[in-house]
Amino acid sequence: MNEPILEGRQLTRRYPGRPHPALDGVDIAVRAGAGLGIVGESGAGKSTLLRLLLGVDRPSSGEVRFAGAPLARADGREFRRHVQVVFQDPRSSLNPRMSVAAIVGEPLRSLRVGGGRTERAERVAEVLTAVGLRPEDGRRYPHEFSGGQRQRIAIARALAPSPRLLLADEPVSALDVSVRLQIVELLQELVERLGLTLVLVSHDLAIVSQLCAEVMVMRHGRVVESGPTATVLTEPADAYTRDLLAAIPQLPQNLGWAS
Amino acid sequence: MTVLETTDLTITLDGQPLVRDMALRLAARDRVGLIGESGSGKSLTALALLGLLPAGMRATGRILIDGRDHRDASDREWRRVRGRTLAMVFQEPLTALDPLMTVGRQIAGPLRLHEGLNRADAQRRAIDWCHRVHLPDPQRLVHALPHQISGGQRQRVALAMALACRPRVLIADEPTTALDVTVQAQILALLDELIEETGVALLFISHDLPVVAGLARHLLVMRDGRLVESGAADNVLRRPRSDYARHLVRSAAQVTRLAPTSVDHGQTRDISDSRMARMPMINESGTEGGQS
Repeated sequence: MNEPILEGRQLTRRYPGRPHPALDGVDIAVRAGAGLGIVGESGAGKSTLLRLLLGVDRPSSGEVRFAGAPLARADGREFRRHVQVVFQDPRSSLNPRMSVAAIVGEPLRSLRVGGGRTERAERVAEVLTAVGLRPEDGRRYPHEFSGGQRQRIAIARALAPSPRLLLADEPVSALDVSVRLQIVELLQELVERLGLTLVLVSHDLAIVSQLCAEVMVMRHGRVVESGPTATVLTEPADAYTRDLLAAIPQLPQNLGWAS
Repeated sequence: MTVLETTDLTITLDGQPLVRDMALRLAARDRVGLIGESGSGKSLTALALLGLLPAGMRATGRILIDGRDHRDASDREWRRVRGRTLAMVFQEPLTALDPLMTVGRQIAGPLRLHEGLNRADAQRRAIDWCHRVHLPDPQRLVHALPHQISGGQRQRVALAMALACRPRVLIADEPTTALDVTVQAQILALLDELIEETGVALLFISHDLPVVAGLARHLLVMRDGRLVESGAADNVLRRPRSDYARHLVRSAAQVTRLAPTSVDHGQTRDISDSRMARMPMINESGTEGGQS
């Protein structure tokens, strides 16, 4: 196995006044090419873990490592460039007063990775095309787009600096089902075409199964089970994983034409 | 016997139609699912059927409750119908419940109002209902405030409130959308049990086809304010007639599919490695990785 790009060792996060830690001794390793799904319900600690991995919150104990070194000593810009994020609700994650081109180009400017103005504009056009939008859409503003298109804009922004990892927090939960399918397909395509490694936080085991080779099931701040997605789905070792699987609402079997 | 029927229901705001020519019918033990994506008009339809349209919106067409047209009914007439003939459960039980009133009094409220029970009898029935919706320790739980119980328990309370006066139609608008998946599964099982037990007709509204398909025997599909398909659930799922229903079923089938992932480790790593090689590791200071 290759070295993890991003790694968490014995991560614990306690909040003052709370009897139980939000995260309790969690180990996680993200390796290039092995998309990882973090699955669990509310209170599982998924979002806390994601914040620690993004370096926007610090563990009470334990350590996050990026490219083999502690995050605390890593080059901030290098880390930001290679670890990008997409959130659940594109309505609140896109600045309504910025044009789409400015939004998507922003990480290039702030990380100073896009070269000059012309190169940046080219890169913005390139990533907008990669997510299924048109370069001209850059002149428009977020409110002119539908929820699914806004999520495409958020993905384009994350892709702009050519990250190695894309962390996505419930990226399709706020979307209608047909739009959800389109975004899942887009992420699938980007993972395959760009060699992105996806870390997907979701309550939805089905979505994770379609996008991630590895899965980690969390409950009450701990990892209850982890391993290759195919194994966890077909031979779940933990009773809670079995409950989660059984709870997924399914259409009747053998709808031959639809699958 | 038909309890609730609407024909040619059109809902307008400032003359703009939001729902057009909607029709549906519910008799005892019917289980109808109303499905559509955001903005399709499904929730507005539900509000119109309950006489709860927001100010400024107008309904035309017929809303028959036990054969009587209620479209222009007064608030007083609607209040007699709501809670007794038609009951409802919404997405977010925290906003549907009064935060300052104990669970027991909230379930007892409609019983006192519609059935004229005294306080002690109403409280006894409330405890009964806590048992029927499988709330833990009902004797104690009736004294709890909504914020002291979990989201799933709150939705159980909302169901108890809705069903306590033995309504003949239950309108449930996204009743499990705000819940975790395992809790959703429990609430759906409870709903199934309760409608079977009580014989109440169900109108289940949701954007989530697999959730609706688990309970409904008849499906209505709405899009852009119009009914685009209506039929036995099995037929709509297996042989959808409209392009839109076909699209919806296919999307839902694919999104909920449990797939052993198609992303193969070795293969993806190769692409990744070659791309890493192509990708200039720019950093003005010339260091790579940045660790000192």
